[in-house]
Amino acid sequence: MQDLLYFLQQLINGLTIGSAYALIAIGYTMVYGIIGMINFAHGEIYMIGAYTALITITGLAALGIAWLPLILIVALICAVLVSSSMGWAVERVAYRPVRGRHRLIPLISAIGMSIFLQNYVHLAQGSRNIGFPALIQGGFQFGSPDSFQTSISYMQITIFITTLICMTALSLFISRSRTGRACRAVSQDLGMANLLGIDTNRIISATFIIGASLAAVAGLLLGMYYGSIDPLFGFIAGLKAFTAAVLGGIGSIPGAMLGGLILGVSESMTSGYLSGEYKDVVSFGLLILILLFKPTGLLGKPEVEKI
Amino acid sequence: MAAQNLKHALFCAIVTLVISYPILGLNLVAEGTKVVLEGADTATVISILLAAVAVFLFQLFRDNIMGSMGKMPNLNPFANREPMEQSKRQRLDTIVLVLLVVGALIWPFFVSRGSVDLATLVLIYIMLALGLNVVVGLAGLLDLGYVAFYAVGAYTFALLYQYFNISFWVALPLGACLAALFGLMLGFPVLRLRGDYLAIVTLGFGEIIRILLNNMTWLTGGPNGIGGIPDPTLFGMEFGRRVKEEGNTLFHEVFNISYSGNHKIIVLYLIALVLALFTAVVIRRFTKMPVGRSWEALREDEIAARSLGLSRTSVKLSAFTIGAFFAGFAGTVFASKQGFISPESFVFLESAIILAIVVLGGMGSQIGVILAAVAVIILPELAREFSEYRMLLFGLAMVLMMIWRPQGLMPMRRMHIELKKQE
Repeated sequence: MQDLLYFLQQLINGLTIGSAYALIAIGYTMVYGIIGMINFAHGEIYMIGAYTALITITGLAALGIAWLPLILIVALICAVLVSSSMGWAVERVAYRPVRGRHRLIPLISAIGMSIFLQNYVHLAQGSRNIGFPALIQGGFQFGSPDSFQTSISYMQITIFITTLICMTALSLFISRSRTGRACRAVSQDLGMANLLGIDTNRIISATFIIGASLAAVAGLLLGMYYGSIDPLFGFIAGLKAFTAAVLGGIGSIPGAMLGGLILGVSESMTSGYLSGEYKDVVSFGLLILILLFKPTGLLGKPEVEKI
Repeated sequence: MAAQNLKHALFCAIVTLVISYPILGLNLVAEGTKVVLEGADTATVISILLAAVAVFLFQLFRDNIMGSMGKMPNLNPFANREPMEQSKRQRLDTIVLVLLVVGALIWPFFVSRGSVDLATLVLIYIMLALGLNVVVGLAGLLDLGYVAFYAVGAYTFALLYQYFNISFWVALPLGACLAALFGLMLGFPVLRLRGDYLAIVTLGFGEIIRILLNNMTWLTGGPNGIGGIPDPTLFGMEFGRRVKEEGNTLFHEVFNISYSGNHKIIVLYLIALVLALFTAVVIRRFTKMPVGRSWEALREDEIAARSLGLSRTSVKLSAFTIGAFFAGFAGTVFASKQGFISPESFVFLESAIILAIVVLGGMGSQIGVILAAVAVIILPELAREFSEYRMLLFGLAMVLMMIWRPQGLMPMRRMHIELKKQE
């Protein structure tokens, strides 16, 4: 019984982290699906979202506003606004001029952008990690109080529900709306979509904005969940989310969700049963294994090389 | 058209404000356990506004600006110059090279200890950059975990000394070979991946090595690192005040000069110089050998190269292994120079700096990479007040280079033969 409760606890922790990874992974997978580049600076966009959320929350607290839903909604809106503007600007400045050149050139440009943004926040906000207030406290407990107790905090429930809402909204947007249809068309064949009168530049910008917005949501949620942020915290999260995107099959949106959940669970199982220090080793090891044996991921389509 | 431009310009200006004001203009400050928000000083706010205005004006008159940029005369005076004759150029190259090497040999005897120490660091980065240049510049394989091989070299020396008391000169080839072995082991499975996947896998590999070094405390000392790594000896001569090792002699006693701490620094510099020269010469020979040519062939067009009978795996693997070998070389020198190593020295940022050197110098170009290494390591030291902007400028430089000059500051000159004009 106790073992089962312990296992359940790890599963819950894993699903929480995993759903947040999935939110970030959407940004990687959509951009890759459309222009075939790894947006290396995506983790930094997520970090900027977390910073903006913290700045908004602190500002609202200074103004004396204490109603929790209002704080969360305003923080969310601000984070999404800043991150999506950043995503748009990054694409405009660093990726559009190098689009269509040799594969490595956009990637190096993206790495440069990632270093730039990390240091931009570092210079402006300092390099120390800053405490993020735990706005949502409390939770449920299972199991008898004298042995191991499984707990689900309200924060974890919030993360799970928010992710669910975002994913549903995204799926509806992609499948139903006009822009969503254009997105799918562009990801199938950019040149052809262009010929058929779709403004591909606008669609690519839209992709970056959607990805950045979801990353900002994840930034707010994970910032609150972890309780502190620093300018480097986007880097590892970005790598993890990329792993999730590859795991599920890069370019596929349901794949990113699945990959995020699998990665989150395997990570928390490693922390729970082996040691927390090796959880990064496990996720990178997983990435290497997936790329070696099934480079298309779980739900991805194989890429055919045409000559 | 004008109205559309105005709308676009306004939009861009607003975006500039949105992305800069919350991050730059409002600072989070920790006061005790509480975090409070402080507005930035007026200068920052004014510069944010100025930036927005600049973006607005640029976007508004973008068509005009771009038009006049295109019409500007080419400022490069060498643009239309006839290429030099091959024999003349070769002679010039040799003279410059010899002068440089002689200068580098004599120079440390006349300057301060600090600058010689810095020069040694530059030489270590030159070795690293030349090694990565083989992988990224010549073979076109983006390796983001290059620092792992550097770490393997450094830790090999440190551990061999700690457990088996092995000296620098024995550890040097061992470290390099072990790093090459790691390169081979990693390369064998991953080299069939496509370019950008390869980049991420090598990045993951670099992180794994660093995490392992950090956590295998029983072997590597974990985050505390390993200290007390000895300086190199020269033909059994030590540079300390007293003999540490049985059977060694002291440098200042053998030559009957008074003891000075500078001897050690200068000898270390000269060893690094010789090794860097060795690296440069070996790699230069490689590029002229069939294996070097096949690296470039595979980089330029993989399908064409394979259809001409080149084995993709062995060509890529050779580049990867050779690159790793020289990283191990540099790692051993680094461990000896610092006397102390810890996983802190082998983070991803280090890989990014080496990559930036290769990219700035011009992928594939040896001279370019060497000059870029000198610039990247020395410039931040000269402008110390700007040193905190170093990484920011790095990132910016990488982006701008990719946009305007992806071939680097000194692009590689292809080997070619000029046809003689018919009389």
